[in-house]
Amino acid sequence: MTLQQFMNEAISPWMRKDGPDSDIVLSSRIRLARNFANVPYPIAADPKELEEIRSFFKEKYEGQDFGSYKDLAFVSIRDLSAIERRVLVEKHLISPLLAKHSEAAAVLISENEQVSLMINEEDHIRLQLYLPGFQLSEALQQAFEFDDWLEEKINYAFDETRGYLTSCPTNVGTGMRASVMMHLPALVLTKQINRMIPAINQLGLVVRGIYGEGSEAQGNIFQISNQITLGKSEQDIVADLQSVVKQLIEQERYARQQLIKQSGDKLEDRIYRSYGVLAYARIIESKEAATCLSNVRLGIDLGLLKNVSRNILNELMILTQPGFLQHYAKKTLAASERDQLRASLIRQRLQLEQ
Amino acid sequence: MQCQECHKRPATLHFTQIIQGQKMEVHVCNVCAKEKGYMTYPEDGYSLHHLLSGLFNFDTSGLTSTHAENYQQSKDLQCPKCEMTFSQFKQIGKFGCAVCYETFNERLDPIFRRVHAGNIKHNGKIPKRQGGDLHKKKQLEDLKLHLKKLIENEEFEEAAKVRDQIRALNQDDDHSEAGDQS
Repeated sequence: MTLQQFMNEAISPWMRKDGPDSDIVLSSRIRLARNFANVPYPIAADPKELEEIRSFFKEKYEGQDFGSYKDLAFVSIRDLSAIERRVLVEKHLISPLLAKHSEAAAVLISENEQVSLMINEEDHIRLQLYLPGFQLSEALQQAFEFDDWLEEKINYAFDETRGYLTSCPTNVGTGMRASVMMHLPALVLTKQINRMIPAINQLGLVVRGIYGEGSEAQGNIFQISNQITLGKSEQDIVADLQSVVKQLIEQERYARQQLIKQSGDKLEDRIYRSYGVLAYARIIESKEAATCLSNVRLGIDLGLLKNVSRNILNELMILTQPGFLQHYAKKTLAASERDQLRASLIRQRLQLEQ
Repeated sequence: MQCQECHKRPATLHFTQIIQGQKMEVHVCNVCAKEKGYMTYPEDGYSLHHLLSGLFNFDTSGLTSTHAENYQQSKDLQCPKCEMTFSQFKQIGKFGCAVCYETFNERLDPIFRRVHAGNIKHNGKIPKRQGGDLHKKKQLEDLKLHLKKLIENEEFEEAAKVRDQIRALNQDDDHSEAGDQS
């Protein structure tokens, strides 16, 4: 597996598969933060210590297979151009923070891109595991297996009382962030989401936009994750999250049916107008593209738009981000140039479907 | 595109400036943007860390600023491993290493309570290889809890089984201790 393969396709191989409830839940993710027991965290370690951790992973795990995850590829962040780093961020394979830490930062990525192991991010190890659709328990189980596999060779910083010790006090304990990515256009259209978010927050869960902390919900995509990592077991945290997600799925489905019943014509018009914009626009900004893509995806889910594949939303949301556009153009682009290229790529992609 | 100020680095900040009705496109790199005062915000805006460090400044609240300074100077703990001080930790909201947790231990409960909805003790996964005794301890705790529930529900047959399981686990302990002594 070469870096080029991770860069070329906007959509990771696993995203092409539909998971349970994938009309609403795009993906489930488990992230585990882990650290070596005797090395200071990246924020306080000296460069030599971090370099040792980097080479430990390169030597130990590069090219290894784990379970159904084939061939872990090792990528050093310092070997990547700014655009390449951005592409990996847009694919959610690395975090924006890792992209900034250039010296000893690295990532191991499985061939199907479901597993990525960030090295020397805020913690020494950030393990991420994705599954398509709503499969949080399965993702947790597989992440635990991977964690056990690592733990055979690494002495983790672990304490009986505090659990897994992390750099940030918000991750201590389980070190786990479980999250699901949900497409909730009907709850947004009916404005119900505004009263649901505060209720979800009260349950110790966080609702955010697609790119995590501080980002807005582009294209009606929301990330819901646990806030608390101390005091509850991983299974309990996942169970709490699952029950909220289940309710959101039900509410979204109900709102979709109500919309069709009460203003089906308007909804259909909105969906086809968006399709028209995507199919014919010559200049399109990312925000408008995200809104139109969300409408088109809703049209597909409701059976109004045939002949367009469901993962078009996931794919084009990623493909039309600045990093990917510039990777395609093979050069740095100004905002206006990006808007043109974005429109052109979307048109081409839709033509493939016909 | 090159930065219009230094003509060396690539421009990373692109925006339109309107001065006295004159529209002008600006393309500059991060360094020049900072130097020329184009950027008035800190790079990452108001981050979680600002919020956290705000939360951590609990122990000096209610004291006047000079008192607070004295308090910090006289009691500023320093981690022997990574040399991070407690004041630094509060400022950046991050630990420097695992030993910080021991060094600052006595001051951490209130912080964790605030961040984790009142919780201060881990109740999740235990590493297999490192956590030998802990696994058994956790298992015993879980069984005892289960036993209590069974008795409350008057499911005595099942309770007897669980009691035997607890005994067996405790006996294992006795054996291994005896083994250690011989």
